[in-house]
Amino acid sequence: MIRMEDAIVQKFSLPALLKESLGAHLGWGRQWGSADLKSSYDAVIVGGGGHGLATAYYMAKEHGIRKIAVIERGWLGGGNSGRNTTIVRSNYLYDESAAIFEHSLKLWEGLSQELNYNVMFSQRGVLMLAHNEHDRQSFKRHVYANRLNGIDNEWLTPEEAKQFCPQLDLSPGKRYPVVGAALQRRAGTARHDAVNWGFARAASALGVDIIQNCEVLGLERDAFGAVCGLNTTRGKVATTKVGVSVAGHTPQLMSLFGVKVPLESQPLQALVSEPLKPAFPTVVMSNAVHAYISQSDKGELVIGAGTDQYVSYSQQGGLHIPIHTLDAICELFPIFTRVKMMRSWGGITDNTVDRSPIQGVTPIPGLYINCGWGTGGFKATPGSGHLFAHCVAKGEPHPISRPFSLDRFRTGRLIDEAAAAAVAH
Amino acid sequence: MSAPFRLPSGGRIDRSKPLTFTFNGQSIPAFRGDTLASALLASGKVLFGRSFKYHRPRGLLSHGSDEPNALFSVDRGPGRVDPNNRASVVDVTNGLTIETQNHWPSLDFDIGAVNDVLSPVFVSGFYYKTFMWPKSFWTKVYEPIIRAAAGLGKPPVAPDPDRYGNRHAHVDVLIAGAGPAGLAAALAAAKSGKRVVLADEQQEMGGALLHETTAEIEGKPASVWLSETLAELAGYPNVTLLPRTTVFGYYNHNHLVAIERVTDHLDRPGETIRERLWQFRAAEVVIAAGSLERPLAFADNDRPGIMLAESVRVFINRYGVLPGRQIVFATTSASAYQAAIDARKAGVDVTLVDLRTQAGPEKALAVSAGVKVMSGYTVIRSEGTKRVKALIVAPVDASGKVSGPRVRLVCDCVGMSGGWTPSVHLFSQSRGKLSFEAERDLFVPGTSVQAERSAGACRGTFDLAGALNEGFAAGAAACGSAETRNFSASPVMTGFKAVRVLPTDENPTKVKAFIDFQNDVTAKDVGLAVREGFHSIEHVKRYTTTGMASDQGKTSNMNALGIVADILQKPIPAVGTTTFRPPFTPVSFGALINLNRHGLFDPARHTPIHDWAAAQGAVFEDVGQWRRARYFPKPGEDMHAAVLRECKQTRESAGIFDASTLGKIEVVGPDAAEFMNRIYINAWTKLEPGRCRYGLMLKEDGYVFDDGVVARIAEDRFHVTTTTGGAPRVLAHMEDYLQTEWPDLKVHLTSTTEQWAVIAVQGPKARDIIAPLVDDIDLSPEAFPHMAMRSGHICGVPTRMFRVSFTGELGYEINVPADYGRAVWEAVYAAGKPHGIVPYGTETMHVLRADKGFIIVGQDTDGTQTPDDVGYGGMIAKAKPDFVGKRSLARPDCVAPGRKQLVGLLTENPQELLDEGAQIVADPNQPVPMKMLGHVTSSYPSAALGRSIAMAMVADGRNLTGKTLYITTPKGFTTAVVTGTVFFDPKGERLNG
Amino acid sequence: MLLIKCPYCGQRPETEFKCGGEAHIARPEDPSALNDEAWADFLYTRSSIKGVLAERWMHSHGCQRWFNALRNTHSDAFLITYEMGKPRPAVDENGELK
Repeated sequence: MIRMEDAIVQKFSLPALLKESLGAHLGWGRQWGSADLKSSYDAVIVGGGGHGLATAYYMAKEHGIRKIAVIERGWLGGGNSGRNTTIVRSNYLYDESAAIFEHSLKLWEGLSQELNYNVMFSQRGVLMLAHNEHDRQSFKRHVYANRLNGIDNEWLTPEEAKQFCPQLDLSPGKRYPVVGAALQRRAGTARHDAVNWGFARAASALGVDIIQNCEVLGLERDAFGAVCGLNTTRGKVATTKVGVSVAGHTPQLMSLFGVKVPLESQPLQALVSEPLKPAFPTVVMSNAVHAYISQSDKGELVIGAGTDQYVSYSQQGGLHIPIHTLDAICELFPIFTRVKMMRSWGGITDNTVDRSPIQGVTPIPGLYINCGWGTGGFKATPGSGHLFAHCVAKGEPHPISRPFSLDRFRTGRLIDEAAAAAVAH
Repeated sequence: MSAPFRLPSGGRIDRSKPLTFTFNGQSIPAFRGDTLASALLASGKVLFGRSFKYHRPRGLLSHGSDEPNALFSVDRGPGRVDPNNRASVVDVTNGLTIETQNHWPSLDFDIGAVNDVLSPVFVSGFYYKTFMWPKSFWTKVYEPIIRAAAGLGKPPVAPDPDRYGNRHAHVDVLIAGAGPAGLAAALAAAKSGKRVVLADEQQEMGGALLHETTAEIEGKPASVWLSETLAELAGYPNVTLLPRTTVFGYYNHNHLVAIERVTDHLDRPGETIRERLWQFRAAEVVIAAGSLERPLAFADNDRPGIMLAESVRVFINRYGVLPGRQIVFATTSASAYQAAIDARKAGVDVTLVDLRTQAGPEKALAVSAGVKVMSGYTVIRSEGTKRVKALIVAPVDASGKVSGPRVRLVCDCVGMSGGWTPSVHLFSQSRGKLSFEAERDLFVPGTSVQAERSAGACRGTFDLAGALNEGFAAGAAACGSAETRNFSASPVMTGFKAVRVLPTDENPTKVKAFIDFQNDVTAKDVGLAVREGFHSIEHVKRYTTTGMASDQGKTSNMNALGIVADILQKPIPAVGTTTFRPPFTPVSFGALINLNRHGLFDPARHTPIHDWAAAQGAVFEDVGQWRRARYFPKPGEDMHAAVLRECKQTRESAGIFDASTLGKIEVVGPDAAEFMNRIYINAWTKLEPGRCRYGLMLKEDGYVFDDGVVARIAEDRFHVTTTTGGAPRVLAHMEDYLQTEWPDLKVHLTSTTEQWAVIAVQGPKARDIIAPLVDDIDLSPEAFPHMAMRSGHICGVPTRMFRVSFTGELGYEINVPADYGRAVWEAVYAAGKPHGIVPYGTETMHVLRADKGFIIVGQDTDGTQTPDDVGYGGMIAKAKPDFVGKRSLARPDCVAPGRKQLVGLLTENPQELLDEGAQIVADPNQPVPMKMLGHVTSSYPSAALGRSIAMAMVADGRNLTGKTLYITTPKGFTTAVVTGTVFFDPKGERLNG
Repeated sequence: MLLIKCPYCGQRPETEFKCGGEAHIARPEDPSALNDEAWADFLYTRSSIKGVLAERWMHSHGCQRWFNALRNTHSDAFLITYEMGKPRPAVDENGELK
């Protein structure tokens, strides 16, 4: 086992915390090592977001590959994995999606212990509101399908929904009345940064090199066209396996490698309110009015907006998008109009036409791809990493991620969660 | 209560207008012009709240919008209670009720303060390292405790009775900030005649000039110059002055947004709006946002009574309030000397401690004003509990080390200054690139991306004349002029030495020197983060939460950045800058959404017949944006009973149905038929004028997109109908192909959805009912067969009458101009009464069509079905070489066996109703996850059959006819037999009446 | 919110427009002649370029006409908008119009 020189992996626990508090916390070392890029690796993961870090961790842990580098252009978790609204759920309609997201949810349920890092996974439930007959039919279809897939999801009457979330307004004459709701109790939220750092720390402890501020410039290929190395701003590195997990930057990076991907990168915005005392017990999503809301442990209301309509890498969208979301939030929860928006921001989401991810092999041997998680990738972090680790390590996709191949766009076997839910956050 | 700290004279408050408000139940006097902060200080209050994590007693840090500590819940009456208002920006109004936050049981005695004792454990990120055992405790135990402890103010609990406004404005020059630079910019821009808006967040314009009692501009006292300038600007018809208006967001293409506080400062707001959102599209922007003072980091720098030096000056000069009677200034900045001089002038005992050994000319001025100046002294710590009572200082040597004995300076107020930070927030939001001036330790605007320029302190120009000159030039340049002006103004004390944490001889690991006051982040927290490998400033921010509080790091960012840079021994730009995000200060949701509430949030569309249906007691449902009558219950009927009655009566005599929501598109031109051929799967060339055809269209991916009956009006004219929800997207789809793929086709498209009211009359008596009303159309079956269209008149109104049926009965869809819809409807209804006509709604329409196996796109399909999947493969015109979606139908998955197909389902118990959305399996005893065959798309009790019917998408369904499948129910499974989809009148004989 | 110059109506706010994705991807003359891969390419592959992207917009709350635009997806700045059917204006290596 290769250990980083400067990665002091000290177990996190209450006794350790108390002990350190006596010593002014001077004993805590680096959570992950800072390595120089070596000249060769067994595998290189491009992209130091949650998915990339999780991939490296599981490759090291479950596939015994220890010479791994994660290279990140900026700082770890600086993309969507640190910019999302932290919702975790698995109540997707199609069997393929349900399998991949449930695989992830199961890993979430033990993740703090697995990583020895409190990722604050909070199973406070996700309540999806039905506002009309179409929603009712669609959500019941989800509930029934989830049940047969072994995934918890239940249909609630409006009164039951209000019992679960007392802030719901059931008064008559609403433009979007609540006619029922689907509730996944095991769903919830997690602390996004902690997930990134937890995976980075755990991967580092297993000997993974984590290289920040390192940009990929090109792919090196051997005489047979297979991957044999990467060209980076920190020099060349030899490797036969490259896993790309760079979300919105996928089209750009893959075009550098000459691989076409059916993706468009669009801004997705979110906002938080000022911190409040407990005001909201769960996560509420409304597809009909395009809004979702929860309250962070710090007390901020966390509100997700829709995507802007155009391709952009600016991490900024138009104000009319979050305003439209707030319209909907205040229609659902009129008590919040006096609450103040404290911060808003944008991320770059990588959207496929069927709003399902792409994970698997590419036309270039040794080059693997994990992208297309669009507006909903955070919840998949451990699952996606776990499955992609298998793919990069074995050279072929894990059975759970096999349906999410690039090839589905040729055959037409799309997994259209967008059609199923009208939205896929 | 009296106001012992109010100076007998001075300030800009109106002493002729006394006010009172209530603070934690206590009555507090104030004057018009006071903020909550100034009035409370005048009354001798300094304890304003408890901090977020450690519940430490906190007072005011600042006088402005950067205040992190003094956050109040403000009560303006029922439903008008909101939390987290900064004391320093809320104007006092008569009768206002204020409560402090984040303490229990009281502000003075707060149990939560035990956290301060436990603070050695509660360091940055401690929660990532614990609370992991036992596993189930996080959600059930730890998190609820943390959540209850976290958060500041209490959330509102009642709906908000206030209203909010919105205004869009196109301006030539938008100036953000009305301090000296902004005013000078406005003066320059005003003369050009261009549309100028000057917006400023404070209650009065003038910025620093509002508390500038000594400086002169153009030979006049600054306050005089200010009032003259504002009067001059007010005289320009092209200039709009917006005080109390914060420009809080700078978006793409010079879209800037501001929030105007319209009534919160009024005793009686009246009927007008509370706040207004301004959305500017500015040709040019001048940012004159000023600068923010930096606190000093030393042990216990957060005690109530310790504030920014300039804030001390503001309270004295602008509000006539003494923040203390024994004031110590601690500084590394020249500007604090002016504050000390002004405090001394107000008659109090003033000592100034300067870490710098070499001060500028300000020192002599201060000394001569009677300020005790101690150069080369650092602050070791403060003393006191709920109010500072002393500052412990010590001399430092040239290397910055503590070099002599401590001195205890007794005081009741400390003014500190660590220098100034340009307010580059709006510039950064505009995505301009910041540049760092290492010598002055300033981030200033660098490369612009949008049409803006910064002037004054926000670009590091701190002296008064410089800011005025720069502002004027910026205002002129924004109008395309190179004009400049040289203002004469008094010199201002500028220059500071940037020090991240003041030198101390105490163990730095034992002291709490706060960087981010609201979030309780100390210098050692930042150190811990760096030690743990968080080196990017974004990581430090996220790990320690510095800069993440409601002030968004206004007072903390530079200190945090500096500490990280010092530890890593890197230049500041190498550590990074945080990107500033909107809003500059928090903005209420109400102001952002303003008019989009109640009836104006997504207004529902109504048909011309809506009011008639409402008067008949119809129950409505939302379909797309439309509100449609769902059923017409008689007294005592539920939906089930009403629908059974409506179905029965329609099939026995006739029913009348409002189909006006159907989308309608007029397709016209010599190439209209060719266009239709390409858009639909059907063939249109041979359809004769006067005939109708059911059309199905796909998207390019081969999946069913929309459907509807189409009538050919003439060789070159089609009347297309679409689904209710699909109308806009179908038109957009058609326009897209017409304009971008086939611009050579001579066709034009017009949406006529709103032009036609559509009255469906269905049932065996339909012909008899309408016959007396129709003048010039031969209704005989021979002259007007099924799937024909005739133009003529009904009730004297022009009509396009379709003989079509979505029920299986003899039926007509009568299109009349929308304005006549209600009149014709009522005439048909009256004519039908003797025949037993019944009005029916969408629910009955659904049942009647399901009897016949007609699909509803969007219910029986979900965007993943090919025509063959729904049994409509035979409609594809085989001879057509191409149409939209055709190629995709040949993709491997679209021709693979086992696709889901639309079938009928009949439960064994005829009264059992399947759940729409229920899943279907072959074997209910298989292990989970089960293999699902499909789902129920439609399910109704059929009046015609006297039993339930259902439609479903089932894998290989047509081959399963006659087989029994298992269908989920809320409690388990039930069984149903697969059938065809036409349940009623399979030969279609009833179409003839 | 973007400010978009409709070639027919002039500058209008983004909320009046609908973005139609990448421009200059013509529908094949004879789709049946394409193999599955080429057809999938036409349907789904987009360049999503970081830099100057040609894209389609429709002035949906205005003249209802489609037009093309060159926009820098990094800065969101429009270089030019132009009528359907016109060739894509040339851009130099700095991302500026030639």
